Amino acid sequence: MDPVLELRGITKRFPGVLANDHIDLALGQGEILALLGENGAGKSTLMNVLYGLYKQDEGEITVRGKPLHTTGPNDSIAAGIGMVHQHFMLIPVLTVTENVMLGQESLRGGVFLDRRAAANRIREISKAYGLEVDPDAYIKDLPVGVQQRVEIIKLLYRNADILIFDEPTAVLTPQEADELAKVMRSLVAGGKSIIFITHKLREVREVADRVVVLRLGKVVGGANPKTASEAELASMMVGRQVLLTVDKAEAKPGEPVLIVDGLRVLDDREGLVVDGVSFDVRAGEILGLAGVQGNGQTELVEALTGLRSPQAGHVTIVGQDTTRANPRTVTELGVAHVPEDRQRDGLVLSYPVADNMVLNTYYLPPFARGVVTQQAEVDKVAAERVKQFDVRTPGIATSAGSLSGGNQQKVIIARELSRPIKLLIAVQPTRGLDVGSIEYIHSRIVEKRDQGCAVLLVSTELDEIMGLSDRIAVMYHGRINGVVNAADVTKEQLGLLMAGVHPDQALAGPAVAA
Amino acid sequence: MTAQSTPAKAPRPWLALRDDLLIPLLAIVMALIVGSFVIVFTNFGVLDILSGASSANLAGAMWSAIATAYGSMFEGAIGNFGAIATAFASGDSAAIGQALYPISESLATTAPYVLAGLAVAVSFRCGMFNIGVEGQIFLGAIFATYVGYAFTGLPAIVHIPLAVLAGALGGALWAAIPALLKARAGAHEVITTIMLNYVAYRLTDWLLSGPMQRPGSTNPISPLIAQTAELPRLLPEPARFHIGFFIALAVAFGVWWLLFRTTIGFEIRTVGANPDAAQYSGMNVTRNLVLAMCLSGALAGLAGANQVLGMNRTMTGGISGGLGFDAIALALLGKSHPAGVVAASFLFGVLRSGATKMQSVAEIPTDLISIIQALVIAFIAAPAIVRGVFRIKRGGDDARTVFMRGWGR
Repeated sequence: MDPVLELRGITKRFPGVLANDHIDLALGQGEILALLGENGAGKSTLMNVLYGLYKQDEGEITVRGKPLHTTGPNDSIAAGIGMVHQHFMLIPVLTVTENVMLGQESLRGGVFLDRRAAANRIREISKAYGLEVDPDAYIKDLPVGVQQRVEIIKLLYRNADILIFDEPTAVLTPQEADELAKVMRSLVAGGKSIIFITHKLREVREVADRVVVLRLGKVVGGANPKTASEAELASMMVGRQVLLTVDKAEAKPGEPVLIVDGLRVLDDREGLVVDGVSFDVRAGEILGLAGVQGNGQTELVEALTGLRSPQAGHVTIVGQDTTRANPRTVTELGVAHVPEDRQRDGLVLSYPVADNMVLNTYYLPPFARGVVTQQAEVDKVAAERVKQFDVRTPGIATSAGSLSGGNQQKVIIARELSRPIKLLIAVQPTRGLDVGSIEYIHSRIVEKRDQGCAVLLVSTELDEIMGLSDRIAVMYHGRINGVVNAADVTKEQLGLLMAGVHPDQALAGPAVAA
Repeated sequence: MTAQSTPAKAPRPWLALRDDLLIPLLAIVMALIVGSFVIVFTNFGVLDILSGASSANLAGAMWSAIATAYGSMFEGAIGNFGAIATAFASGDSAAIGQALYPISESLATTAPYVLAGLAVAVSFRCGMFNIGVEGQIFLGAIFATYVGYAFTGLPAIVHIPLAVLAGALGGALWAAIPALLKARAGAHEVITTIMLNYVAYRLTDWLLSGPMQRPGSTNPISPLIAQTAELPRLLPEPARFHIGFFIALAVAFGVWWLLFRTTIGFEIRTVGANPDAAQYSGMNVTRNLVLAMCLSGALAGLAGANQVLGMNRTMTGGISGGLGFDAIALALLGKSHPAGVVAASFLFGVLRSGATKMQSVAEIPTDLISIIQALVIAFIAAPAIVRGVFRIKRGGDDARTVFMRGWGR
């Protein structure tokens, strides 16, 4: 069968970078093709060429045998190519219908918007592909997963039959990601063809029919996701052997470092989101806090780190009551905090890497003498840490905002882990990062544990929780729904706990191998 | 995206610097060019030719209109190089003073611009928008005036610093009100500072026609300050050039040092650049907002004190003349950097003091200067226009300082 889309010898250069180097790619009718590669491998550039945002320097594109010449996204859309961007292009204050018809409005009498006709078409599309959504809902009221469905509907509304998904699961919870996989299946069943950009190996194996791996702008090979192992795919992608599972010795837990007792925390809307949580984390162990996003983990961590004042209960860190302590007091007790939103809380993006390295120690010697900053010391230490933690940056004067996500996270890890710490609170430490960076950050966290540091790992990624934790606490609706030893629990059991099933029931059945 | 596909962009600091210097410079050039259209098409000679009433050479008339206008402006602002050279050659101090009069007057005008511009810049750096600089200038001027005339018998070495510091205190106290309202009640500083400007105007009216009115006068004017409180003038009369210019430069250096070389400045800038990260890092966001606002007010107060103690030696309702609003433009023009503010202030000082001469020689109203100032700001605010006209590529780092985080928070 002829491919619906063919790229031949696509080359795209940017000043100093060869982003795409003679890439050949063919997409078959009804196929889900995964384009796998690390951040910076050239996936997004290639798709932007295809979508008409960039013009290739060499090579040609054919759609159903006809050459495609793009001067902008409109040409690609006309050729039936649609793209679901990583960051949604939706207007929050408009309804689903209004967003979908934007730019292609159905009119009544030439001037009035025909919302009903559009809504009906949206319902038809929803039904045909299992994209459940209320056409009259406002975008701002919809969860992220549903917003993504609206993006997909937008493309289908414009009769796109080649769909490009750019890292679609980066913003989704595991459940939403599973939903998306189903949607993709039903799309290809309905005759659409899909290119799916990702760096997550598990997803590739779950949904893709075929994998093409990009590295440094070149196609380095293809594979059958059903037969290739994750390790094989990872080493193709990174260009070397990658440890997917963390190699760690038995934990040697010591004294409790963090004791949380009956903690109750309100969110910004005064809703009770942490409801009587108690647990402890001991020196030399990793406690994983699992749970679907939005079950109170964010507010719990804010309360532990002094960013939010709890309503009731107690927090004790290294024997001191820190229930309503401010962030500085908590930091000075030896607590490191890798925040959930690295760009909002963890970094000042406009600052150079060097200043970000001392963001919470700038006032201490040797970085300051009295109130006078010792810039030479800051720069010296920053240069050392950049080297030690393998932060890929042109220099310490480069602004943090111009680094890639993985390197931004490494700056935070470097800052937090190179202090003498007794407790590490890491929230989603590898979200959105590529395999190489994940491997590195995981090994650093385990290394801290082995040095006797207590670690609280908060993550919505089950693989991460299971791979790193010694014990796992599952959070559901603001409460701890069971604490288990990581060695004795299966993925299914954890999934049940995360879904709120009572531990007696969830753990009762025979442990089924994951 | 390419930002993703390259590990990190190579640092090209010279490009950032080039952007910082070149764009404002070209903006000025463009403003002068557009300003020359205004000159040409408001020139009666040119209009006569265009309407057929005169048959003189059009191009010549246009050129002479522009040359007279900008020439007289330059001479009024900087001086006549020939005259300066002759004066120095003669060695006559009165002649030197006269030849240096234009440039000295420009520098005297620059000083309050520097101080007021720094005031806005400091608030920008902390993510706030202090529109109340005008009012804080009034309060600084009132405090300085009071100390200037009410305290007598002090030696100048005590009286001058006392009066100057009183000005700073007045501005700081006035700025503390919106700062505390923001910290305690969440009131947006843009609203409160604007409102406090009006309170400051009326407070001044009342003081100058009541408790602080000059004895025997029916006009709203304060008593003259004591001679011991006057900022010493450095050139013979009628030049008003006084040490305030050097105080302003020293203060600019001090602000730079505070912002970029101390932990206090690091906190202020961090709160301005990313308040969430500041809180995460253990900084007290509220305290820093209040501190930055008071510092901003103190700088504005210094500008007010400079006008009273150095220029006018008395307080009137016209003490500021919109200085506090020009200051916003200066901070934007100077990219909230003290060195930039000094450069922008010098530009404004030159334009303002050249305007007077231009009005008398070329008969072009000083309003043209307001137009040029506005154009400079517009072109700097829209660097894309300047880049487009002069075909300059974008350079430097994209993640640059955000000036106004205060909006919408």
